[in-house]
Amino acid sequence: MKKLLEMRSIYIEGLSEEKWYPIIKGIDLTLNRGEVLGLIGESGAGKSTLGIASMAYTRMGCRIRSGSIVFDGTELTEATAEELRTLRGRRIAYVAQSAAASFNPAHRLISQYSEGPVQHGIMSAEKAAGEAKQIYRHLLLPDPEFIGYRYPHQVSGGQLQRAMVAMAMACRPDLIIFDEPTTALDVTTQIEVLAAIKRIVREYNTAAIYITHDLAVVAQIADRIMVLRHGNLIEENSCREMIVAPKEEYTRRLLSVRAFDGAKDLDRKQDEVILDVRGVTASYTGNTNVVEDIDLAIKRGRTVALVGESGSGKSSLARVVTGLLPPVKGTIVFNGNRLSGELKRRTKAQLRSMQMIYQSPDTALNPKQKISKIIGRPLQFYFGLGAREREKRVLELLEKIELSAKYYDRTPMELSGGEKQRICIARALAAKPELIICDEVTSALDQLVAEGILKLLQNLQDELKVSYLFITHDLATVKAFSDEIVVMLKGRIVEQGPKEEVLVPPHHEYTDLLLSSVPEMDPDWLENLLGRRRKEGKISTVMDS
Amino acid sequence: MMLKIIKLARKSPISARIGFVIIVINICAAVFAPVICPFGETEVVGDTWLLASADHLLGTDHLGRDMFTRLIFGARNTIAIAMIITILSFLIGTVTGFFAAIMGGWADLVISRIVDILMAFPTLIFALMVLSVVGTGTLPLIVVIALLDSTRVYRLSRAVAMDIAVMEYVEAARLRGEKLWWLMRDEILPNAMPPLVAEFGLRFCFVFLFIAALSFLGLGIQPPTADWGGMVRENAGAITFGIMTPLYPAAAIALLTIGVNLIVDWFLHIASGLKE
Repeated sequence: MKKLLEMRSIYIEGLSEEKWYPIIKGIDLTLNRGEVLGLIGESGAGKSTLGIASMAYTRMGCRIRSGSIVFDGTELTEATAEELRTLRGRRIAYVAQSAAASFNPAHRLISQYSEGPVQHGIMSAEKAAGEAKQIYRHLLLPDPEFIGYRYPHQVSGGQLQRAMVAMAMACRPDLIIFDEPTTALDVTTQIEVLAAIKRIVREYNTAAIYITHDLAVVAQIADRIMVLRHGNLIEENSCREMIVAPKEEYTRRLLSVRAFDGAKDLDRKQDEVILDVRGVTASYTGNTNVVEDIDLAIKRGRTVALVGESGSGKSSLARVVTGLLPPVKGTIVFNGNRLSGELKRRTKAQLRSMQMIYQSPDTALNPKQKISKIIGRPLQFYFGLGAREREKRVLELLEKIELSAKYYDRTPMELSGGEKQRICIARALAAKPELIICDEVTSALDQLVAEGILKLLQNLQDELKVSYLFITHDLATVKAFSDEIVVMLKGRIVEQGPKEEVLVPPHHEYTDLLLSSVPEMDPDWLENLLGRRRKEGKISTVMDS
Repeated sequence: MMLKIIKLARKSPISARIGFVIIVINICAAVFAPVICPFGETEVVGDTWLLASADHLLGTDHLGRDMFTRLIFGARNTIAIAMIITILSFLIGTVTGFFAAIMGGWADLVISRIVDILMAFPTLIFALMVLSVVGTGTLPLIVVIALLDSTRVYRLSRAVAMDIAVMEYVEAARLRGEKLWWLMRDEILPNAMPPLVAEFGLRFCFVFLFIAALSFLGLGIQPPTADWGGMVRENAGAITFGIMTPLYPAAAIALLTIGVNLIVDWFLHIASGLKE
């Protein structure tokens, strides 16, 4: 078979502080017609950079230093800007991670669809619109005749992502680059998009490069997988072989992430309830309730996982508990004392014993403060520690979160994502809290890093007997990490109980949908799941939602 | 910190260096005025509007005072007053701006509307009006201009602080139970610094020009105290006789304004994070 794309010893560099640093260190990549190649790796591995280099393009501040890129017989590194322009969008298309940020909010979906084919002079706008509807139908978008006439904000995230896939298909390209197209989506939505991509790529025999950090996702769609790390190729193999028999240690670690097991001894009987939320209803506007009639109890030293998709009200519930959103109805009892709904009315001791860790450590740490101040401030504020004692305690905390003392004088900007999240944990621990609310603390992190954070949280719980309210959309982490599970949907609790009960059938219908939507390390998982749902007649509800 | 500044200065473009030299010369002149000057600030030393000579480097003014001496003392008065006004206006503007951004709701609404009302008047007319009511003098001058200027600073600092106040680290500080002052000083201010410093440079220039304008109209710094705007006005008549005298203080104003702007431009460039 003739190769569609051949990249030979590609070196790509990026500019940082006026020096060029290597990002891709000599990688070969070949792709046949109609083949789907998965590029996987953690952030900073260079997978996106390599992916978009296949159209001889680099992000700002990067350059292709050497190597050859041959696309269908044409050497792209020597092509003129004009030649590249006619190639891009027409024969090679790109699907970005965030559809919401990539669509122009001022134009209808269908006119954005037609832009490509019309610009490239392939067809008229009318013909493009007709084809758009056909592709929308192939992608199982609801109401394919008319959905194109909506504006981007009028469709859901999953639909928008599919509309972008449709756009990429507009010129019938030979190659599509998918750059983490499902990462920002909920698990149930992820399935729809994944199924749509798989279907359309097969149907039109389009070659694709699928970039993701999630091995289980890529296993569903790729024929072949390349594992990247620090700009080097670690392993390359066919999808099935890679899953069954990974050769490299790093790949094995990536594969085993999902198997993280926070085995704890649950025989320690603990019935003391630390947080008791009763009948809480809250609202931002006064008209619609974001959370309604919530009952929730957390025991000392235990973890309660709050699970739900985006918009289910789980973060709002956290805001109610912390006092940022005073409830309309209901009571919050913490440590035997009733808490005021308003932050201002809570005592310092109450504030101290309830701490919060956020999803994105980038915005949760003040970039202008040093680590010593970030961790030291709660010590000074709550316990009035003097400078010397504070320094000693900060160093102890750094040790506890497994960071060395050299971080003491650094600023958050000099830290990696995982390290920043550890600092957030240390800041929470500095207050000696009894309850820590973890709001999606691992979602913004790479899987291996996230695993490290979970292990750390688990160790700290065993040592300090602190309770966690663990908010997440990721059921894989819940399985390993929690003692009790609370499932939320549209502001209400649909199911709650000990982990063993919730995770073992029979489930509530919605819990079942959530659980079954978590991708597994099995190339046939998606097909089997869709087949099963089709049989049960549930497919329409999933696809039309 | 010091090393960083030196490193940064070494990479500075030629324009910023020129600006730096201009400002240093002006500050030296202001600080060492009595030492440098051959005559007293208000001392009459000869005939009116003498041309430049070895005795009188820039000639004399309309009362026969040494122009060079007055120019240097003028730097002292004008720069000092402009500096005080700018600092005062930034104190008022940032504190109220940050306060409005953090509190939101009614506090924000009330302060913002008051500021809107103040901004609705043309600044010069408003200043003229107030100064003619309360009388001319250095103190009313400082207070009035600082207050008027602080409305602009308020707008900027509120807008900047709004973006910062929604950050999770500010929320974390609130949840910790931190007081308003900590939120303003330790969480928001350090992150709002770059645009505020750039604005400071610009504001300083505007204040400077504003004082010159008021002095020119007779409501600024009162004679016999030397100030550049006033000196242009006093000597304006000389132009008709083809004498250069009023152009010296005018040139001084222009030069300092350009110098400050060169530095500000460079700072904006750094703060924007753009690479060339």
